[in-house]
Amino acid sequence: MRKYVLAITALALATTAALADVIADRKAVMKDNAKQVGVLVSMVKGETQFDAAAVLAALTTLNDNVQKIDVAASFPKGSDQGDTTASPKIWTDAAGFQAQVDKFKSVTATAAAAPAQDLDALKAQVGTIGQTCAACHEAFRVKKG
Amino acid sequence: MAILRKLAIAALALGGAGASVFWWLTEPERLGPETLASLGAGDAVRGQRIFDAGGCASCHARPKAEGDARLQLVGGVELKTPFGTFVAPNISSDPTDGIGAWSLEDFANAMLKGVSRDGQHLYPAFPYPSYARMRPGDVADLYAFMKTLPPVAGRAPDHSLNFPYNIRRGLGLWKLLNLRAEPVVAFADGTPEKVLRGRLLVEGAGHCGECHTPRALDGGPKRSQWLAGAVAAEGTGIVPNITPGGNGIRSWSESDIAGYLETGFTPEFDSVGGTMVEVQKNMARLAAEDREAIAAYLKAIPAEPNGYPPAKAAAN
Repeated sequence: MRKYVLAITALALATTAALADVIADRKAVMKDNAKQVGVLVSMVKGETQFDAAAVLAALTTLNDNVQKIDVAASFPKGSDQGDTTASPKIWTDAAGFQAQVDKFKSVTATAAAAPAQDLDALKAQVGTIGQTCAACHEAFRVKKG
Repeated sequence: MAILRKLAIAALALGGAGASVFWWLTEPERLGPETLASLGAGDAVRGQRIFDAGGCASCHARPKAEGDARLQLVGGVELKTPFGTFVAPNISSDPTDGIGAWSLEDFANAMLKGVSRDGQHLYPAFPYPSYARMRPGDVADLYAFMKTLPPVAGRAPDHSLNFPYNIRRGLGLWKLLNLRAEPVVAFADGTPEKVLRGRLLVEGAGHCGECHTPRALDGGPKRSQWLAGAVAAEGTGIVPNITPGGNGIRSWSESDIAGYLETGFTPEFDSVGGTMVEVQKNMARLAAEDREAIAAYLKAIPAEPNGYPPAKAAAN
């Protein structure tokens, strides 16, 4: 009996730890996405000079990150618990969430394939990317205290 | 027996007096002649700015409407709150289903006094406690702009509220406690014009306090915790503290705030989320100087600790 309890406890702890890893991993990806987007937004705001090579590099890294997103692996059931702002809607509206991820993949692929060559084009590209971020964060992220 | 009868009559009289007092206290109050005279003619071009600042389309257009559909104010968006479900009505220029038959005076009474054309209290889910702080001239401009928008037929369902909130007359008492035309934050003489313009936008048309200020039990805003952040009225999350205190946007500069309202990106390049997505789209339509005025005001208001409870400790 005691072994049984220990086994269950160990399993539960392992699951919690695994979920914590998943959460930490997806936060790291989001952080890196923000970093790449930051390169672009700084140019749009005029805080840094337009630099076509830097735009290409940022869009390429962003797109690489995004193409790797695997909803089943990164958003297993139960990973709305813990240190995360993932909304339960990710699981109650799985199709809607997947649609947002697919949209994100197509937006970054298009942008990386034809990176902006001037500031006006970059503004449009950043606008499209920003709307994609916001559309998903509108429905599938919960702000916490 | 005589005594019993006398007591019964006295009780009835007292009850009657109580009812009369309730009736008298809760009488819907309309604008006085002075305010009505200050409305002016209204200018549709200026009114578009107020329309965007107020984000009227976010609740009164169809959900997710884009482009021209954003200007079809047919209503129907639901706001699910602890008091029940509120449904935004048709405010298009349709004369029967919308407000096309309303005079400027009718419209101003709704915006500034929360009283409908037929003299009933409106529920403050329509954020007139904020609009009451608008300048009458801005209300007239908004009216002129909304007259240019298309009529759309169709009525949204009624609100579905729990007792006792379903008794409209009771709102008269709520207004006595919560409806004020004066600004929330009083500034000293010599405060920059920019801050004061920001105050008009934030406290008035923009109605930021409706979500960013915690509410008391009666649903009225806690003015002592103005813009301190709150538990979200819908769903499970929080609405951030936007004063210079707590852990909201304390470290943001004025240009960070104005930039966020324009682009939807925080200084850390995170994106806008939740119900703020709609608001930010509206803010992006304003002139840069309006966003800068909002930012100046937010940096000038009193710092408050967070108006929501701290998050529960993480699971592990």
